Amino acid sequence: MKSRLSPWQRKRLSEAGTAYGFLSLWLIGLFTFTLWPFAHSIHLAFTNYSFDPTYEYVGFANFIRGFTDGLSLTSMNVTARFAIVSVPLRLAVALFVAVLLNKGIRGLGIYRTVYYIPSLVGSGVAVAIMWRRIFGRRGLFNNVIALFGLQGQDWIANPDTARFMLVLLSAWQFGSAMLIFLAALKQVPQEMYESAEIDGAGVVRQFFGITVPLISPVIFFNLTMNIINAFQVFTQAKIITNGGPMNETMFMVLNIYNQAFRFGNMGYASALSWILLLIIATFTAINFVSSRYWVYYETRMK
Amino acid sequence: MTVSTEVRPTIGRQGLFSRMSDSAKTRTYISAGVRHLFLAAFGIIMVYPLLWLVFSTFKPNVEIFSSASLLPQTWEFSHWRQGWSAIRGHTFGTFFLNSAVISGLSIVGTLISCSLAAYAFSRFRFPLKRVWFSILLVTMMLPSQVLMVPRYILFVNLGWIDSFAPLTVPNFFGSSAFFIFLITQFIRGIPYDLDESSFIDGCSRVRFLWSILLPLMRPALFTAALFTFMWTWQDFMGPLIYITSVRLYPMPLALNLFVDAQAAVNWGALHSMMVFSIAPIIILFFFAQRYFVEGIVTTGMKG
Repeated sequence: MKSRLSPWQRKRLSEAGTAYGFLSLWLIGLFTFTLWPFAHSIHLAFTNYSFDPTYEYVGFANFIRGFTDGLSLTSMNVTARFAIVSVPLRLAVALFVAVLLNKGIRGLGIYRTVYYIPSLVGSGVAVAIMWRRIFGRRGLFNNVIALFGLQGQDWIANPDTARFMLVLLSAWQFGSAMLIFLAALKQVPQEMYESAEIDGAGVVRQFFGITVPLISPVIFFNLTMNIINAFQVFTQAKIITNGGPMNETMFMVLNIYNQAFRFGNMGYASALSWILLLIIATFTAINFVSSRYWVYYETRMK
Repeated sequence: MTVSTEVRPTIGRQGLFSRMSDSAKTRTYISAGVRHLFLAAFGIIMVYPLLWLVFSTFKPNVEIFSSASLLPQTWEFSHWRQGWSAIRGHTFGTFFLNSAVISGLSIVGTLISCSLAAYAFSRFRFPLKRVWFSILLVTMMLPSQVLMVPRYILFVNLGWIDSFAPLTVPNFFGSSAFFIFLITQFIRGIPYDLDESSFIDGCSRVRFLWSILLPLMRPALFTAALFTFMWTWQDFMGPLIYITSVRLYPMPLALNLFVDAQAAVNWGALHSMMVFSIAPIIILFFFAQRYFVEGIVTTGMKG
């Protein structure tokens, strides 16, 4: 059998064998840690499994509960509100600072470092604990506004302001988005601004007429990635507010975590995670469709 | 590449600058001054919380939450020692070591498995290559929460709960699809002539990867290692789900326990251990700033 293969075929065959050898670790991992759990997750979502070997299939009950249960609906609502406020705020600050840094400023390296450091540590537990202290009743923030004669409150415990404190924490970490914007701004040909200036276009006009269209692919990229991440926020909500006050920060992932690991509703939690996936996919799809109307792809960008 | 893009705008500006009238020049100076003023003020506001945190570890507890100033009025040096052994039966040395072991193993595993897979994707022709690569891209996008529950059940069945295995072993099997993609793109940028001349000289595929390609891949591997470190060092959800014994706690869980365990918390001590947990990341950043910036920008642009 083997002898009938031409030398060329034999070479291809051995190349494929070697390639699969190099791929083998990843393939084992893919099936064990991703594809199998993925399939299992679909299965679980239709059961009432909670570590009891005698579980039952419940059809779509978990999904129906996910879309009707008060807590679940609240979690979708607050997560979407969080994403819709925090992502544009973070990107607006990132773009604004990047534009200021772009015009050949001295000390660029120092500014870049200072603005990037919050992104570096912001997603960790230490900063989350710090945030809770800063905006607590006797926190740093209230001490600062007291210098201006203002009376503070416990911003974390107040249902009206708690979620916004998490939005602020997210916006504070604008550094990576800023670095990506900064790299994109460097690619915009300077001549365009010069001719626009000669034509009498002001700074604002230049920004919306030249900068925004030319970096729109990068705005689109940042928007997509940040929305996906915003829907998956967990650590901050768990540490700072633990979902409270009055479920104002009961984000979807926190709800899934609680359902699975505090209440043991593994089946229901799996269904909720699929709903989360669906919502993220929907937002991403909307983003992609809308991009046709506002993202400007130059065929040959210099 | 970076040099040319950074120089070009400057030349353009100077060209414009020399053609400006004196009043326009003054205007440019003022606008630069205003920009610096704003950027510096805003920058100070941004890092102030972190600086405050660092200095608060040297303040007496009553002072921490009574003033907004950075420097302590009276210096207090006992917090770091108190914080170190604040959790009964363990020191933060243990937790730091746990974090280091988890991060270290994750980095080693990621580098090995991801470079092997990336080498296959970038330099070989084999059946189903496109299918596997598409699957790789899809797994990159998949929110990890979908796999959270079934993975937990899997690790229970494997008997891996309450060990470092769930946090480290998957990395040895290329669980960071993102880095496979990153390294694949990087190898694709290395000229193919190199492969051909080596194979004519009788170099084997494995030998080629090890002694020729690997040294060239250093920037990509370094980026992968840095970000793996950043993510595993700060990961909270993974350890929270999989680790139950305090002696196996990594830093984030230990800090969380520190807050929960003490009703009347010794804030200075807690803050000192928070600073201790952040310090490695900041120090690493200052040593490898270039790789961080390039890593974010290139992956951002390519992703």
